[in-house]
Amino acid sequence: MREILELLEKDSTLSHTTLATMTGRSVAEVSAQVEAWEKAGVIRRYKAVVDWEKVDGADATEVTAFIDVAVTPARGVGFDDVAERLSRFAEVRSCYLVSGGHDLRCTVVGPNIRAVSDFVSRKLSTIDRVQATATHFVLKTHKQDGDSFTDPEPDHRLPVTP
Amino acid sequence: MKALNTTISETPPSGIRRFFDIAAEMEDVISLGVGEPDFVTPWRIREAGIYALEHGYTTYTSNAGLAELRQLICAQLAERYAAEYAWDTECLITTGVSEGLDLALRVLLNPGDEVIVPEPCYVAYEPCVAFAGGTPVRVPTRWEDGFAVDPAVVEAAITPRTKAILIGSPANPTGAVQPRAALEGLVRLAEKHDLYLVSDEIYDRLTYDGTHTCLGAVPGARERTVVLGGFSKAQAMTGWRVGWICAPQAVAELCVRVHQYTMLCAPHVSQLAAIEALREADGDVEDMVADYDRRRRVFVKGLREIGLDCPEPGGAFYAFPSIRSSGLDSETFAERLLKAESVAVVPGNVFGPSGEGHIRCSYATALPQLEEALVRIDRFLTGL
Ligand SMILES: Cc1ncc(COP(=O)(O)O)c(C=O)c1O
Repeated sequence: MREILELLEKDSTLSHTTLATMTGRSVAEVSAQVEAWEKAGVIRRYKAVVDWEKVDGADATEVTAFIDVAVTPARGVGFDDVAERLSRFAEVRSCYLVSGGHDLRCTVVGPNIRAVSDFVSRKLSTIDRVQATATHFVLKTHKQDGDSFTDPEPDHRLPVTP
Repeated sequence: MKALNTTISETPPSGIRRFFDIAAEMEDVISLGVGEPDFVTPWRIREAGIYALEHGYTTYTSNAGLAELRQLICAQLAERYAAEYAWDTECLITTGVSEGLDLALRVLLNPGDEVIVPEPCYVAYEPCVAFAGGTPVRVPTRWEDGFAVDPAVVEAAITPRTKAILIGSPANPTGAVQPRAALEGLVRLAEKHDLYLVSDEIYDRLTYDGTHTCLGAVPGARERTVVLGGFSKAQAMTGWRVGWICAPQAVAELCVRVHQYTMLCAPHVSQLAAIEALREADGDVEDMVADYDRRRRVFVKGLREIGLDCPEPGGAFYAFPSIRSSGLDSETFAERLLKAESVAVVPGNVFGPSGEGHIRCSYATALPQLEEALVRIDRFLTGL
């Protein structure tokens, strides 16, 4: 069953019929299982991987920044309350507690550099117990969540071989 | 001018060539005619090759090949299949199974010796026997039997001049995996008639229902069996030209002797990449095998749904459906399919007479292309 999740994680457009054939199960079994996963929140949702640079051009594409945040932990909650507060902003696309020099690492997205820096200085830095931030703007995306954004390698095979 | 070599002149070019020529001229062809993985060599292996180049591993190696590579090959054969070979005296690195096949046959055969070749089989088997001075003797296998070799049929073809039996399992073009009983039957025959066995196991890792049997590990086989293996298929390393031979010492020694004079050694960089492949790339191989398996299931089911009977291919990456229901012979079917629907397949008869009535379809092709190919073949069949 795990195989079905792995397949959907790579390509959520696979039909239940195809999934059933691929994994040697009945369509009914696959459908029931996928539905159960959807209900249980194991499958949270289905989405597409979009290369926005191809759509909007490099200049018009939203900017992304990794923001490292140093936080003073609090008794009882550690960093969780701050992390949760940050995560509620739509601009924050991901938020992790990490080891190393800082405590939280967030991905923040905005229409331009100005918008992201405003967000950091006005919203993020002003949260209680946030001590310091370090902002790293993304200049170019080469690979994201396992998807390479460079052109695929051409197929060099001859059309018919022994 | 004096006549060129008779044996070579009389060997026809591979029947695959003609389809290559037609397909190469066309646009928008979906090719199911490719006998190699659609994966590029896993990056970690390529990276090891790049590293080797950067660090100047551009020299010859010993004739038999790098010790570490031979050690790894023998260790894995023992671990996977309980086939025991001494890496230093019974194993050599070749430039692909292609060279391995040529070496083995040259070492085993004297002029006029016969080699029994169950067909349909890989296109190089018969020519390689002939080039080594031998005479290939075809024996048929039947798709009704899943292309399993029938030892009784083989025995009927044995003459005093028979020297060896040459088989490949899992097989190109049928995808058939020889049942253990068939292999044991061949070993009994080899013992009874004092024959050698040449076993092309290049697709050993690409088996989908159960594990592979290495012929060298079948009781009684070891002292008379040459096992050929390589990296082209499972590790997607066709262009690196690297493979191996494991054989009893007397045979292996003579293989090294020919190799020493004709090839000198397999490419150094490729040998280093192959070491990486065996050390680190098992996970990549397993992912690729799982992917082939899924495509196999979808494609074979699709063929059956459009009315082409297809024996279950247990290995390699080929389906070998029957096209008899179309009323066409293989060659006509393949040619008309290519021209009408731009789908390239290989007609089964190029792999031997028992392949007539079949086409070879490689599912080492992206899933959307396989699905589109099925649509086109269906349309072709309906229009007949
Ligand atoms: C059955 C079989 N043996 C041998 C080969 C050649 O392998 P290599 O690339 O190792 O020379 C092929 C390639 O198509 C094959 O299908």
